[in-house]
Amino acid sequence: MTASEYRPLLLKNLHRSDSATLEAYLQSGGYRALARALKELTPEQVVEEVKTSGLRGRGGAGFPTGAKWGFMPKGPGEKYLVMNADESEPGTFKDRLLLERDPHLTLEGLLIGCYAVGCSHGFIYIRGEFVKGYHTLLRAIAEARAKGYIGRKILGSGFDCEITVYRGAGAYICGEETALLESLEGKRGHPRLKPPFPAQVGLYGKPTTVNNVETLANVPMIVENGGNWYAGIGREKNTGPKLYCLSGHVKKPGVYEFPLGIPFRELLYEHAGGMLREDHPLKAVVPGGSSVPILRADQSDVRMDFDSLAAAGTLLGSAGVIVMDDTVCIVDALLNLARFYAHESCGQCTPCREGTGWYVQILERLERGEGKSSDLDLLVDLSDRIQGNTICPLGDAVAMPVRSYVTQFREEFEHHVRHKKCLAATAPAGV
Amino acid sequence: VNPSPGTREKIEAAIREYPRQESALLAILHLLQQERGYVSEEDQKFASERLGIPIAHVAGVVSFYTMFRRRPMGRHHIQFCRTLSCQLRGCRELIEHVQKRLGIREGEVTPDGRFSLVTVECLGSCGTAPMMQVNDDYHEGLTKERVDRLLDSMK
Repeated sequence: MTASEYRPLLLKNLHRSDSATLEAYLQSGGYRALARALKELTPEQVVEEVKTSGLRGRGGAGFPTGAKWGFMPKGPGEKYLVMNADESEPGTFKDRLLLERDPHLTLEGLLIGCYAVGCSHGFIYIRGEFVKGYHTLLRAIAEARAKGYIGRKILGSGFDCEITVYRGAGAYICGEETALLESLEGKRGHPRLKPPFPAQVGLYGKPTTVNNVETLANVPMIVENGGNWYAGIGREKNTGPKLYCLSGHVKKPGVYEFPLGIPFRELLYEHAGGMLREDHPLKAVVPGGSSVPILRADQSDVRMDFDSLAAAGTLLGSAGVIVMDDTVCIVDALLNLARFYAHESCGQCTPCREGTGWYVQILERLERGEGKSSDLDLLVDLSDRIQGNTICPLGDAVAMPVRSYVTQFREEFEHHVRHKKCLAATAPAGV
Repeated sequence: VNPSPGTREKIEAAIREYPRQESALLAILHLLQQERGYVSEEDQKFASERLGIPIAHVAGVVSFYTMFRRRPMGRHHIQFCRTLSCQLRGCRELIEHVQKRLGIREGEVTPDGRFSLVTVECLGSCGTAPMMQVNDDYHEGLTKERVDRLLDSMK
């Protein structure tokens, strides 16, 4: 099957203007997978199907979902499953699309997940700014409850499950699962030390699993068609459909669904219409959200899956694909991101709290034309001191782009130091 | 009376949704802000007393999350996304344009209280950059002309 013949699985309902309604969802076979899980499968069998499918988490880390569920203690007791809808990684806007346009797909995935891990109260942690998505979810939950998909003895089975939607209030760090749990407990979003992992000590100290929206949206099709069917989509160890978010200097930015492993160049030039302006070619691409290492145009002949991008020295992350043409000043782009991470650092760990501020100061002076040649090594040295030395991955998430921008585009940084201005085609320093 | 009986009712409903009542703190702060336009010290004291948690804890939460405002803002609170994908599609020009048009800088409120402007980090709308959020609503795929029309329509 070539990508051009590919029929969407995650976005299959979006051609309907009423795709967010229960009626539309049921007409496309919605909630059949939940019924199958409850009537034909034990929770352990659902976990096994998901393990067989090879589904890896779509939030950024790519951890196998079935294995994550398998870490939850068996048997009765207070446990929680949380759908992470705190989508905040710069360049990423796929979960918002699912929440606003196909909320029942995400709910069905969450309910099956709750059944699989033995949890009777699921949470959805949605970022506070997603007001439309929040109200869409509330409506969908009310519809689903009225038809017996949520609540007591779901579809006549012995399974009870309540769903509560929790609004965040503007903090990138709450997308990190332990910060999210702190926030859900009504606290500042300060990440927790691991171990203990949430599967042992999570929400209210009870076993908890946190799964990304897109991850859970894959679950109904796995339960309905089987793990083996799902494992046939995409590539070995990188299975299933994937939502790619294209932004930046692209002719047709947006969310594209293809099997994992689609070549980046095919995605950009055949599906997204190519570069925004014919006379400004590709200069660089960030393939997985702002936190992953950047690739130069000459390195962009890559497949878009977890293992191919890792082999290329970067990450699939959240598949937020940020495309830059030759008008971009790389120092300027990095300063934009450094400011983001400095603002979003929770302040708990010294390397991240202080280091992100240093990055901003150094990059600002490079932009002003006051940079020193030693600044380039200082940026890389800072990254070495931050990465791996903080409680949560936010430190790594800023250290990786900084190190890669400086390394991949070193001559551009040197040009800033020597000539006190940009090397880029049109953007002058400081604009 | 602050909060109003209607808001108090919503607060009690929010508290009932959680297995532990302290989880309702953010929901309560959202509701108080919806009523007043920002979260005052009085509101923080109310939340602290209702949930039986220290006022320092509430103040810490209010100051941690950027959506909670600690001073009055405009009737139309403009949050312009400034992060990379929006920057690549020209948000800096538009932010400059809005500042000139409204005669205020980032973080300020117009003297008539109609508009306030802040820049914010990624709002998850990069495919339709540049974009801004005004109160609850996203406005995407912005140009100068579209921004002008939107601002004109906001009384």
